[in-house]
Amino acid sequence: MKRFTSTGTPRIGLIDFPGSNCDKDCADAFWRHFGIRLQPVWHTERSLPKLDAVLLPGGFSYGDYLRSGALAAHSPIMTEVKSFVAKGGPALGICNGFQILTESHLLPGALLRNNSRKFICKPVDLMAGSGESVYGRSLAGRRLKMPIAHGEGRYYVDDDGLRRLKDHGQVAFRYVDQAGVPSLEANPNGTRDNIAGIVSENGRVLGLMPHPERATDLLIGGSADGLAILESFLSSFM
Amino acid sequence: MASVDSPGSSEFEVVVRLKPEVLDPEARAIQETLTRIGYAGVKAVQVSKRYILTVDDRSGQGATLVDSVAREFLANPVSETFQVRKL
Amino acid sequence: MNSSFSSPDLAKLPRPELIDDSPGAAFTALLRKHKLSSDEYATILEILGRTPTLAELGIFSAMWSEHCSYKSSRVHLKRFPTEGPDVVVGPGENAGVVRLSGKLCLAFKMESHNHPSYIEPYQGAATGVGGILRDVFCMGARPIANLNALRFGLRSHKRTAHLVENVVKGIGDYGNCVGIPTIAGNISFDASYNGNCLVNAMTVGVIHEDRIFKGYASGQGNLVVYLGSATGRDGIHGASMASGSFATNEANERSTVQVGDPFTEKLLLEATLDVLEKGLVVGLQDMGAAGLTSSSFEMAGRAGNGLYMDLDHVPVRTTAMSAYELLLSESQERMLMVIEPHRWDELKAVLDKWQLACTIIGLVTDTGRVQIHHQGKLEVDVPVAPMTDAAPKYERPMRPRAKLEDNGTSFNKIVQDAALQRGPEALLLAALRDTGDKETVYRQYDQHIGTQTVHGPDEQGAATLWVRSEWADPTEPYLGMIAVAACNERYNRLDAYHGGAHAVVKAARAVAAAGGRPLAITDCLNYGNPEDPAVMADFSLGVDGISKACLELSVPVVSGNVSLYNETDGESIAPTPMIGMVGKIGDVRSSPTAVIKEPASLFLLYPKSIKPEFGGSLTAKLLEQPLRGGVAPKIDWHAEKESIDFLCRSIGDNLVGACRDVGDGGIVTTAAKMIVKTGLGLNLQIQAKELAGLPELERYFGEVSGCYLLTLKSGSEPKFLQLAASLRYNAVVQAGHVEASTVISWGPWTTPLQLCQHAFTSSMI
Repeated sequence: MKRFTSTGTPRIGLIDFPGSNCDKDCADAFWRHFGIRLQPVWHTERSLPKLDAVLLPGGFSYGDYLRSGALAAHSPIMTEVKSFVAKGGPALGICNGFQILTESHLLPGALLRNNSRKFICKPVDLMAGSGESVYGRSLAGRRLKMPIAHGEGRYYVDDDGLRRLKDHGQVAFRYVDQAGVPSLEANPNGTRDNIAGIVSENGRVLGLMPHPERATDLLIGGSADGLAILESFLSSFM
Repeated sequence: MASVDSPGSSEFEVVVRLKPEVLDPEARAIQETLTRIGYAGVKAVQVSKRYILTVDDRSGQGATLVDSVAREFLANPVSETFQVRKL
Repeated sequence: MNSSFSSPDLAKLPRPELIDDSPGAAFTALLRKHKLSSDEYATILEILGRTPTLAELGIFSAMWSEHCSYKSSRVHLKRFPTEGPDVVVGPGENAGVVRLSGKLCLAFKMESHNHPSYIEPYQGAATGVGGILRDVFCMGARPIANLNALRFGLRSHKRTAHLVENVVKGIGDYGNCVGIPTIAGNISFDASYNGNCLVNAMTVGVIHEDRIFKGYASGQGNLVVYLGSATGRDGIHGASMASGSFATNEANERSTVQVGDPFTEKLLLEATLDVLEKGLVVGLQDMGAAGLTSSSFEMAGRAGNGLYMDLDHVPVRTTAMSAYELLLSESQERMLMVIEPHRWDELKAVLDKWQLACTIIGLVTDTGRVQIHHQGKLEVDVPVAPMTDAAPKYERPMRPRAKLEDNGTSFNKIVQDAALQRGPEALLLAALRDTGDKETVYRQYDQHIGTQTVHGPDEQGAATLWVRSEWADPTEPYLGMIAVAACNERYNRLDAYHGGAHAVVKAARAVAAAGGRPLAITDCLNYGNPEDPAVMADFSLGVDGISKACLELSVPVVSGNVSLYNETDGESIAPTPMIGMVGKIGDVRSSPTAVIKEPASLFLLYPKSIKPEFGGSLTAKLLEQPLRGGVAPKIDWHAEKESIDFLCRSIGDNLVGACRDVGDGGIVTTAAKMIVKTGLGLNLQIQAKELAGLPELERYFGEVSGCYLLTLKSGSEPKFLQLAASLRYNAVVQAGHVEASTVISWGPWTTPLQLCQHAFTSSMI
């Protein structure tokens, strides 16, 4: 595992909203495993510091009012995040972060209420898709285990949108069963095509519902597979 | 603060619902329960959210304002449609 | 807003109308509505030297309710052992605090929200979680784990499904949104709770020993600040509701239930910790039961001061609220702070960041009185000290229930005959079905947020967390905290003294089975109507039993809660003293799971003094035997302590793979639960010669206190046996094997694993 000195340390902004919950977990994971200190950026800021990448953590920003991530998408800071991404800046959105990315139109589609109408917290198996992004190139075909914990994780996009995602290799992760198949039983919430995470067209923005920051230690939850995703994220700008 | 009674204010209703092609598990659950408990005459259920906005309409731009709020904010264009009606 | 605030000349303020206390039907009804006795009213007259105003009457009603004043229980609670070398804050504050490691401490408490949850289960459970979270974080502790103990009526009862679904959703939605993992707890179904569900919520938080904050309104001239959500009509008389029983014709209680907003709670949590860290406040109190009333009296009382408040400044959600309503509202997510005037701007800056409204509503005075202004009148002028000093303290009459029998032999025989008739294989399936897999429940709770959860509820009944904190002793980088909640109501029904003691030792066993040493307890004492001398006796005996266990195990009581009047139509619930315990494990990597994941030899820790019983057993319940028959398994304190010590040592030496306390349904049911979801089979053959003399049904289904089932890590058997020998611990017994097979066989009986799995997983609502 690479660790960085202060001179070579990448600057990753951790965008915090009122109600974001998983910010500390992300900060803890990056510090313990990579020696990187994330830089907290509060939602009311009107400019970003000089950054190499941006991370949107999970939680219940604005209590999930209106729609999950909808109010956060209209925060002043998101205007800055949009320009950052438009200039090719890399971004990672986890769970509520993924919801904020779709509401901000930085990723296509929308995250809707789970079919069961219940919150689900459980470990899942993900199959990484192939594609031109750093995630596709480094993880394609790998099976990764990590937890989900959400009430609105059902990814929806219309038929054209889905075709475009598949044609461009933008489906980054799918829920699969023990045999590695994206079966109905492996689908925890009715998500379209078993999609758990997608990347943007330029491959630099990843949004996923499962929590890689909760799978960095065998001692916690029995899987360290989340590190592979975080490492790929880091490699996209280092 | 504008109120319905103050001159120049208008009330608009915005109704937001999931697009017909998107599965609505809540509507489905309601329909199934109704059938199960004996209301066989209920053929379909739609669930929507209804917002009532009181806006400044002195310049007659109230409808345009509400349409913009509904489009940019209250409804998610990927999965939802909306209708606006002046009350 | 500027920080100056002054009170008018109170002597010149007119008073509102005083209540009309001339004897008659109207006055009797008024007292009854406020649940005050005529003696209590006489005390009020003495304290005030005059008739009270309606607002003052409301205040006394709330402050002297059972829920707030503990009037029926106080005389007994003082018998609890509350001291110990690791106790940092004992009972009396918002939460209890014990030292875990270095300067790192745990702040924890359990609270009940039983009556509101029966009326409106979603909001009742949600606001219960909210309340206990606030108790912990307003001391400056960051919550790291939630637990809950739930009791419902029989699954077949018409209200049960609705209650379970909504209580679970309420707990999940609230805890998940605030971002605290809900990791452990217990649920059971018993006819006793048909008319009264129990919802006990527990929170554990971490805090630095030197930064513990208490709720004091000190410093004359300091400002009293209101923080959080606006006040509405929620929950008025919620405190007195919790102090009364249900009757089937009282269906209109809906209006009194409070509605929670977990998003505001999250903001309140972050703002509070922020503000405390910056040293901006002098006193802080959550507005819980009896809202503004109790928080102001409690803060003033602790500091020995007085308060002046102006209700005109209280932010409101509803118009035209009276002083009475403003004082008694239980609107959620509100706190009261006391600050020095020159800190107002800094405080406001922090609260603005967290989008929390704050208003100055009063001043700390040296009058020793709480004086409250509203719309030009002095609505309240009451001395603080007598509110607590003269609070009713009842020594209610007690009449202990007749002891049934000392010897369970004949009851045991009856149960075994019934079991043989029913068929032991069918009985095992019924036992698994009655316990039920809780997966559909815990999947709705976020169990991992905080990334400290080592074993989730699918693997372990206790909450086991890897506590990473710079305040801990640096020689303990894998320090762990273990938390459990436990109570066996069936044993309590038989003998309230034994039941109280057993709840504590059962919790201690759960902690030990996860590798921890018990540190301290909190409690939620759920009992029926204290005006019934038999129930009052149960309560007193329960306190004595708990105290005995605490002394034997060296675990003090550091916080707790009492919930009385859990009764419907004259029938009280079985005594249910819920115990919440925290423990410490030096290296959390060694903590075993409670499920067995690979083939292994099975061992029992079975002290020689153990005698299985069927009194209060799950088996007796399933066979519909009389609830009050037989005796519950006796506790051998020496053996319990020896076993806890042996387990901590052997787990600490990394020898143990899986471990579980033998509980409901005896050895076979416990063993089945350890493998039923992992797909392995079981061949139970218990090799103890003491047990050889027992009938097989008694050996396998009889319930015991102080036994454990365990497997060892591969190759650890020699070290394990050596350790036992060196400690002169002679309770290790070979018990058979977990193996790749499709059956559970025990004694002469065999049950297909598939049937067991189906029974276990099909029962949860």
